Amino acid sequence: MAKITLDNLAHSYLPDPQNEDDFALKELNHDWDDGAAYALLGASGCGKSTLLNIISGLLQPTRGRILFNEQDVTYASPVERNIAQVFQFPVVYDTMSVQDNLAFPLRNRGHDAAYVASRVQSIAKMIGMEDQLKRKAQGLTADAKQKISLGRGMVREDVNALLFDEPLTVIDPHMKWELRTQLKGLHHEFGHTMIYVTHDQTEALTFADKVVVMHGGRVVQIGTPRELFERPAHTFVGYFIGSPGMNLLDAKIEGQSAYVEGTEIPLGAAYAPQAGRVQIGIRPEFVRLSSDGAGLPVRVRRIEDVGRHKIVRADFFGTEINAIAGEETRLDGDISRVVFDPANVNVYADDWRVAPNGEAA
Amino acid sequence: MSSKTHNEKAWFLVLPVLILVAFSAVIPLMTVVNYAFQDTFGNNQFFWAGLEWFDDLLDSDRLWAALGRQLVFSGIILAIEIPLGIFVALHMPKKGVWSSVCLVLMALPLLIPWNVVGTIWQIFGRVDIGLLGYTLNALGIEYNYTQDFYAAWITVIVMDVWHWTSLVALLAYAGLRSIPQAFYQAARIDQASRWAVFRFIELPKMKGVLLIAILLRFMDSFMIYTEPFVVTGGGPGNATTFLSIDLVKMALGQFDLGPAAAFSLMYFLVIMLISWVFYTVMTNLDREDAK
Repeated sequence: MAKITLDNLAHSYLPDPQNEDDFALKELNHDWDDGAAYALLGASGCGKSTLLNIISGLLQPTRGRILFNEQDVTYASPVERNIAQVFQFPVVYDTMSVQDNLAFPLRNRGHDAAYVASRVQSIAKMIGMEDQLKRKAQGLTADAKQKISLGRGMVREDVNALLFDEPLTVIDPHMKWELRTQLKGLHHEFGHTMIYVTHDQTEALTFADKVVVMHGGRVVQIGTPRELFERPAHTFVGYFIGSPGMNLLDAKIEGQSAYVEGTEIPLGAAYAPQAGRVQIGIRPEFVRLSSDGAGLPVRVRRIEDVGRHKIVRADFFGTEINAIAGEETRLDGDISRVVFDPANVNVYADDWRVAPNGEAA
Repeated sequence: MSSKTHNEKAWFLVLPVLILVAFSAVIPLMTVVNYAFQDTFGNNQFFWAGLEWFDDLLDSDRLWAALGRQLVFSGIILAIEIPLGIFVALHMPKKGVWSSVCLVLMALPLLIPWNVVGTIWQIFGRVDIGLLGYTLNALGIEYNYTQDFYAAWITVIVMDVWHWTSLVALLAYAGLRSIPQAFYQAARIDQASRWAVFRFIELPKMKGVLLIAILLRFMDSFMIYTEPFVVTGGGPGNATTFLSIDLVKMALGQFDLGPAAAFSLMYFLVIMLISWVFYTVMTNLDREDAK
């Protein structure tokens, strides 16, 4: 178990990177606390797998250092780093039995037979494959194979970190929940540092203590699920997390008010004047529908009833504004305006959140 | 009551195929069968011989000796070409310009016609003017494929290895290229040795193409004619007289059409039988793996 430190880390797949655009992973400094569960969340191609492979040692960074417990391991192999990693697509050794597959990492490290057998038993129980141990791995279904991959990742007890690269992509939904719960259970029990790469926000938010959101090769925010929800540090976090994502409107900021297309919107705090493209962001959860003449004038286009609430899709001068209304809310034809909850309006300048006056940045 | 259109002329539609197959396969084969059971003294006069030719051949050493040589030859070249081909494939560059260069170089021997390959080696190995033969003798190694049994065999085997290892290597290379990177990464994480990576990842993933390579190389080598014929002519003595060389000697050299026809049929049956055994073993292995 280890604390993992990234020190000015950056990576480019080009042999001679010239400018920032050449880097698949932009410069990054971060400490991964010992024993915490992290999720690395982002869209495809945002650099999250690159970062994971650098941490595991499969990839050597172009720049910067990586430290395990303050010890430089930048050029150490995955074996020296003593990490376990599970990949997106199942990797099993086809000609081996399920049992030998699970035992393989332990045997390669010279553990004695009794220990190997007991570990294999307990892992088999965890992944629910006790009755198939003697069977050959070839010909198993994709999710059975992926369970073996997961099992092989978890079979070693003394690892410094457990890394998962979208491991549940091929698993069917019911098993997904179960395995994720077991991973969490494993984390509570043994306290390994875990890093879990995913593009699924639900998976990230339910698995991790802290979610690291990546966008365009850059880490845009690291925070608890609550922080990501309430104070997205970047517009990408705003619309990537949440269903539907955050509403963003071009605005002009003057003190404690924002002006959108001439309409004044009160803010929760005062802001210094901002340069660049200024936007306000508000989650649909904090948008209220009104028919009494206050707020932004909108035209309701569609109402989607998703069961536990309704999603109102409205149009404001060509920009979509989404609102979430309670299931019992009566929605009639009079709705012509939306009102924002001032405390939950965030201000963005060139996509990055601006701290209001008085809040520590 | 039947609503089907009944057309007496419909069978004309399959006639072209029937004619094609008849002329390309059935008639030639039946001619051979015809010869195999008859004797002739020319002038198109035939006499029924029954199984006499088959009896004669099976009793004589000639067929058995050629079959023995053939099996030894195929066995040796498989034992060399398959591992060597895998070895070459494992060490070929995986990407970049050099991988293309390697692929082109490897494909070259496959594009050379058989008799040209034979001629190349025939000259290459000559003691008087051949680079190989002359050099070996100059170094004091006695080498003369027209006189020495072992020299003749080694020449024919090296020639076949030179000509066909590329095929195995290219097939194995294609098999290797289809292995996703994650398998190698997982093996690194699992601390697998180089041998274990080969044994548990590369070999199983190459199994399909390797079985094809073995089958192709077996059938081709079992029917080999042109190259040894050009280089050694089957000699010295009968040292490199493989089945097809012997067959041609019998049919064209001695003009023993009856025995040659019987020989052909048995040759054909042996190849079918061995290929069937290969095929059955292969498919059974697959089925067992799926269990």
